[in-house]
Amino acid sequence: MKKQNLLLLLGVIVLGLIPLFTVKPAHEGDEIFGGADGQAEGVITEIRPDYKPWFAPFWEPPSGEIESLLFGLQAAIGAGAVAFCLGYYRGRRSVAKPADAALG
Amino acid sequence: MHIMEGYLPVGHAVGWALASAPFLAWGIKNLTRQLREQPESRLVLGASGGFAFVLSALKIPSVTGSCSHPTGVGLGAILFGPATMSVLGFVVLLFQALLLAHGGLTTLGANTFSMAIVGSFVAYGIYRGGAAMKLPGNLSIFLAATLGDLTTYVVTSLQLALAFPDPVSGFAGSAVKFLGIFAVTQIPLAISEGLLTVLVMNLLRSHAGEQIAALVPALKGATK
Repeated sequence: MKKQNLLLLLGVIVLGLIPLFTVKPAHEGDEIFGGADGQAEGVITEIRPDYKPWFAPFWEPPSGEIESLLFGLQAAIGAGAVAFCLGYYRGRRSVAKPADAALG
Repeated sequence: MHIMEGYLPVGHAVGWALASAPFLAWGIKNLTRQLREQPESRLVLGASGGFAFVLSALKIPSVTGSCSHPTGVGLGAILFGPATMSVLGFVVLLFQALLLAHGGLTTLGANTFSMAIVGSFVAYGIYRGGAAMKLPGNLSIFLAATLGDLTTYVVTSLQLALAFPDPVSGFAGSAVKFLGIFAVTQIPLAISEGLLTVLVMNLLRSHAGEQIAALVPALKGATK
């Protein structure tokens, strides 16, 4: 099980790293790895140049930094919830069966 | 898969909201019953919601040269059923619409439909189908999470194609364009989501085996 988990993690890391090495910008200096959501916006404008968004967000993160702060926060809250659950049950089990816990 | 604020015509925005509403009502009913009948499952529910929070916050580079994010709804859909997971997915999307200006309130119905509802139902259906075909448990979990994720992005593409048909090639032409952006980018990310879902399910089964078995008897017995 431990070995399978390590392999799964390794798979995720490799899948994330491959594009960083294989994808090159079409033109020198072009930005790559922009958001797919933004690209879709570009296609909408191409199909319907006259389309105007009819509603705007009440609040937008004032800068890219604040936005990444909030995304980081979202990930941290989520990871906290997952880890709390795992830690709680692991701890509870080792209290219930101290001999097992000592054996690891 | 987030259709941005204001980027769906009013009729479509309302239509998708109406389509999503009954699923959410069903999910809320299931969720309250679940918490009443199995109050000890709330920590695992929190972990499932947390998993969707983490995964949908991670924008990961893809082979197409753009970034997108997984959805994380497969795990909870397998454990709690698709209707309940739709509610958690909706909460994630609402958080992102309000605090991150990612997605939006007018597109919340459409985004909920693609990610929280279709993603959950496809993942759940594939998991049950895999179990019925006696596929190895972890393979079913992997396929469920991966294909649930991918289908979400296919639905987003079709939603956009429906709202913005190409003036020359129509719905189909437009669908090809949006699928090229969303679905192709998503393939490696969907595989990552599948792998991570198996990983977290392994961890849950080895540390909270009893609680997981109470939710899905087939997941009983952590493989050590």
